[in-house]
Amino acid sequence: MRFEGKAWRFGDDVDTDVIIPARYLVTGDAAELGRHCMEDADPDFVKKIAPGDIIVGGENFGCGSSREHAPLAIKGSGIACVIAASFARIFFRNAINVGLPIVASPEAAASIEAGDVIAVDPEAGTVTNRTKGLTFPVAPFPPYLQELVATGGLVPFVKSRLEQEKGKECQR
Amino acid sequence: MRKRTLAEALIASHSQDAVDVGAICSVKVDFAFANDITAAPAINAFREMGADKVFDRNRCAILPDHFTPNKDIAAAEQAKVARLFAREQEMLYWEVGRVGVEHAFLPEKGYILPGELVFGADSHTCTGGALGAFSTGVGSTDLAAVWALGESWLLVPPTVRVLFSGRRSPWITGKDLVLALLGRLGTQGARYKAFQFEGEALADLPMDDRFTISNMAVEGGAKAGLFVPDEATLAYAKARATRPFNPLYPDNGASYDKTVEIDVASLEPQVAFPHSPANVRPVSAASDVAVDQVFIGSCTNGRLRDMALAARILEGRQVKDGVRCIVIPASYEVWTESLKRGYLTTFAEAGAVVSAPTCGPCLGGHMGILAEGERCLATSNRNFVGRMGHPGSELYLAGPLVAAATAVTGVITDPREILSESELKEVEDDAF
Repeated sequence: MRFEGKAWRFGDDVDTDVIIPARYLVTGDAAELGRHCMEDADPDFVKKIAPGDIIVGGENFGCGSSREHAPLAIKGSGIACVIAASFARIFFRNAINVGLPIVASPEAAASIEAGDVIAVDPEAGTVTNRTKGLTFPVAPFPPYLQELVATGGLVPFVKSRLEQEKGKECQR
Repeated sequence: MRKRTLAEALIASHSQDAVDVGAICSVKVDFAFANDITAAPAINAFREMGADKVFDRNRCAILPDHFTPNKDIAAAEQAKVARLFAREQEMLYWEVGRVGVEHAFLPEKGYILPGELVFGADSHTCTGGALGAFSTGVGSTDLAAVWALGESWLLVPPTVRVLFSGRRSPWITGKDLVLALLGRLGTQGARYKAFQFEGEALADLPMDDRFTISNMAVEGGAKAGLFVPDEATLAYAKARATRPFNPLYPDNGASYDKTVEIDVASLEPQVAFPHSPANVRPVSAASDVAVDQVFIGSCTNGRLRDMALAARILEGRQVKDGVRCIVIPASYEVWTESLKRGYLTTFAEAGAVVSAPTCGPCLGGHMGILAEGERCLATSNRNFVGRMGHPGSELYLAGPLVAAATAVTGVITDPREILSESELKEVEDDAF
């Protein structure tokens, strides 16, 4: 799947309290959470974005809490993908687990300015800044994570493991 | 055999895979828990995975601590989902009145032990590192997978070795040490890495202070904040353990990503300024900062020694008129012991509010939310924009001594201006 959209630029250390403040953590519904995405950084953020737009951050995107509500809120807001110089580790795992596409590329993140049109091609492993005419290669995930993503994420991965184990028990 | 850091030794003892830095390993998990916010999404994921039973009901837990006692109807409904699931699964669950803030409660009750590998759906799960356990935070879906399988994956982290050298003055608490470290390394100094804390300044550091240091490892980006077990660790764990445990140690000659030395001999009490836990300055640089509120509590500094230090300052003194001082012991063990020792009376007589254990205000939940333009000094772990309420509020972080001194004067205050060293030592010499 490819993504193309307008870039919304944030700095380093975008934390999970800014992505989705704790006062909204009484639901796991992505659409509901999405209504408050990035609210404390920019109260009008969700009114300004169009579906398919892309968030671009600096280093350590998603630092702070373990709340999975953060990638869910981004997904629910209509943002297609997050590009950052680097991600905080729990956010990284959560994004994979809830199916929010993320791309770590310090070079791409540094080149992108607010409003640039960005195309992401995860299969080709590229980020293209169409506004500036620049293309950056993206390092692939480690094989273990590629397999996890290919299975459709952690939920189907565990589901098939449990089914295999049940199958074995029946054979015994 | 290759020499191992403590992080590598802990992962190796829970994995069949080759434990090399940067490799992804499948690991067996000893204990896995969620709270009232992270449980509900984990329960949904657990059902979607087609799982029927948690892998071991004595090693899976839910602790309602964040928005509890329930702050509103939505929080009550969310807590109810968690309670009913725990009942159905017959897994570990403690109700309000017995539960504490998870990272204070679980070590205290012997559910996180030296040598173990623990996953919690809360970023401050790294607190358990003070016991020499690889204890790390994950999101709800990862936690659900552990509940279902008893396993997960970990990328073997490089280790940043931190040597706290020099003699620690009694004014310097665990909070001052970890803030000094964050000030030095920044919020990304250990991103995707593990901390291994060592050094002569830690030898006589009480366990309560060690938990404070491990607790804030995640603020430096780390996945674990590990103490090498010593006599104090083993005495603490043995007195509380719910199951047998085997402490592990780093090998001599293990290879480290880097070694950072922090000389504590000349360290002043530390304060983190808005809006980053790494925006750290000595308390003397904060002396013109007036506050509306002081919060003493949380999984960082809501333990008995924190209560003792705060009480020593507030004893016979008054919270400054116009300042709200909120004290929240992090568990009922801390709460009842503080009651017996008279600390709660001291707080009440000083004009502080004392609440039942809850994460409450730390994450802007309840029990002390800030209005626009208000300023709070808190003993908690994060001072991000809007963390404790309105995005236009400001949060400073410090240890219990600075917090209590600040409550007395209304401006951020060096505790040495309030108390003499001999008065402080009455607390230091007590057993913690």
